[in-house]
Amino acid sequence: MKQFFAFVKKEFYHIFRDRRTLFILLALPIVQIIIFGFALTNEVKNTKVAVLDQSHDNATASLIHEIDASKYFDLAVNIHSQSEIENIFKTGAAKLVIVLPASFESDLQHLNTAQVQLIADASDPNTATTLINYATSVIRDYQQRITDERKIPYTISAQVRMLYNPQMKGAYSFVPGVMAMVLMLVCTLMTAITIVREKELGTMEVMLVSPLQPLKIILAKAVPYLLLSIVNISSILLLSVFVLDVPINGSLLLLMMESILFIITCLSFGLLISAGTDSQQTAMFIALTGMFLPTVMLSGFMFPVENMPLPLRIISNVVPAKWFYIIVKSVMIKGVNLSGIWKETLILIGMTIFLLSMAIKKFKIRLA
Amino acid sequence: MRTLLFLLQKEFRQVFRDPSIIRMIFVMPSIQLLVLPWAADYEVKNINLVVVDHDHSAYTQKLISTITASGYFQLDIYTASYTDALHEIEQDRADIVLEIPATFEKDFIKEQHTNLFIAVNAINGTKAGLGSAYLQTILTDYNKDIRVKFIQQPKFNTAPVINVTYSNWFNPLMNYKYFMVPGIIVILLTMVGSFLASLNIVKEKETGTIEQINVTPIKKYHFILGKLIPFWILGLMILTIGLTISYFAYGIVPAGGFLTIYIFAAVYLLAVLGLGLLVSTYCGTQQQAMLISFFLMMIFTLMGGLYTPIDSMPEWAQWITRFNPVTYFIEVMRMVVLKGSSLADIRKHIFIVLGFAAVLNTWAVLSYRKRS
Repeated sequence: MKQFFAFVKKEFYHIFRDRRTLFILLALPIVQIIIFGFALTNEVKNTKVAVLDQSHDNATASLIHEIDASKYFDLAVNIHSQSEIENIFKTGAAKLVIVLPASFESDLQHLNTAQVQLIADASDPNTATTLINYATSVIRDYQQRITDERKIPYTISAQVRMLYNPQMKGAYSFVPGVMAMVLMLVCTLMTAITIVREKELGTMEVMLVSPLQPLKIILAKAVPYLLLSIVNISSILLLSVFVLDVPINGSLLLLMMESILFIITCLSFGLLISAGTDSQQTAMFIALTGMFLPTVMLSGFMFPVENMPLPLRIISNVVPAKWFYIIVKSVMIKGVNLSGIWKETLILIGMTIFLLSMAIKKFKIRLA
Repeated sequence: MRTLLFLLQKEFRQVFRDPSIIRMIFVMPSIQLLVLPWAADYEVKNINLVVVDHDHSAYTQKLISTITASGYFQLDIYTASYTDALHEIEQDRADIVLEIPATFEKDFIKEQHTNLFIAVNAINGTKAGLGSAYLQTILTDYNKDIRVKFIQQPKFNTAPVINVTYSNWFNPLMNYKYFMVPGIIVILLTMVGSFLASLNIVKEKETGTIEQINVTPIKKYHFILGKLIPFWILGLMILTIGLTISYFAYGIVPAGGFLTIYIFAAVYLLAVLGLGLLVSTYCGTQQQAMLISFFLMMIFTLMGGLYTPIDSMPEWAQWITRFNPVTYFIEVMRMVVLKGSSLADIRKHIFIVLGFAAVLNTWAVLSYRKRS
């Protein structure tokens, strides 16, 4: 045990000696959570729209005003012919064009029916769908208003309540996602190069002739990073609560425990990469290029997992960040206790045991 | 010139000597390009609905079948109480609760007005907003249908109706892959380019071989060019692989032509590699270089406009995106691949990225010192 602690101490010295790296390791998650917490949102707001008003009457004026006034849209340009639309999209001056036909008002007054055509730049299909939906609902509101108090009999009305996130803030889904991603990548990166670095610098031989067992060598390497990561998760949580206004509705202790579990999972994964590679370059390449996109895309925080084709849904199960994302969302925002997330917790524990034992096994092979 | 050629020879040998790196440079991006675009589907569908029906009337039956017929909702769960339904949401088994009060049918017929209750899991605001909008649209249609039975409809609308029609340009089938695949190519190109370049020089520092280069009469710009050109070529090779895969696997042919993409990519790679070089001149260890590249990469990728719209970001964040080369490449890809933009259309982008390249590389050359 004494030997073990001596090793841990040695690893600590390594980390603390390199102030610049230490600074990066601690500052990186803070900067990222702030930038992403504020900047990332799937909401569509202030989108530039162009209007092709062929009628120029009171009705179109007030409809255009309504659209401009909504928080989703900013009226960017007025165009005067159909032929301008393509150019508007190509230069990116607007993402949506609203076409109001000639005789809009008279149609509405005399025939009680009028047409509006929406044309969206669907090179980004997600934004296009959302824009069309929002524009439709703004137009529907307008119609409701002109229909006014003409009470219609036999009406079913619906009362809608938004649970957990009544203001529909983007941060509520992005903060847990960014947490999962930042921790996953930082933790894996940290340990991914520890062992391989010793191999590359030739100090590995020195370690191997020491009386410490391989298991303990590996653990000793992980312990300092675990403590560093606990500092990181604490700063991330403080920022989310006090700067980004994302509440911790569940137990803070549970959230911390789950985070530590996830950190250990990622550190183990890093160790496995490190034990299995021969150069820092390869290790980092695997840790970053190999994991970055899959973590972003398959953890369910950018794209809903249930929409994915079956093979990808299966693959997404081996992405640890997916499970941690569910856990953080549940504990932090829904306020669920352990009974609600035991399954996810068990999966993470299982992954950790698997990754760690694989790392040790790989490491032993190197010994022979 | 000859010095440069020798240097290039050395660099190429160094890169190609390690087969595992080569494999990763080419195989990993290819696999990701084949797999990941399938995950990228924001479309809100398969919304899990849980129904709490206290009424059990013919009307509620019909309402429920109208909802399931719409295709947006999956309805497997019926619970007896709202609390149970809430539990389903807590457990992530459902997204929306529809509660039908016991007096639903009675109110409708007698009072001519009835109420429903909808509760939505709003952690993901977009999904919640669209989900409840769909549900309300279905309700409105259903309402219209049954109203017809009670009221003799006049021949003309009595209330003004605005009909909204819409069309989606450039991507009428709303194929997410047309949008994601070019974006993923951009990210892979950026990652491979900037990492490799920055790690490469730092590695020479760490293993001490840079000292040996420093004592030779090689000039600074020789050294930098020697590092830049091989990765520039590698980058263009990755782009070629990427475009080939996107043609064969996804049938994507850039409407604006391959040449436009290559010209932009050639300039873009200079900027990205310049950034890699700059990072490496400031770092002492591969670990530091890696962490900084990773930090930049994550910001570039997530704020590049591929995943979330830039227009929705706060003003200061939009300023960050203006200094993000990935933003420009993704925009160019969208313009060229989907909208058929030509070189003339993207000239502004080319000049901006050329500016990045000039600044970053000059900076890197200036801050690279032969004596460390």
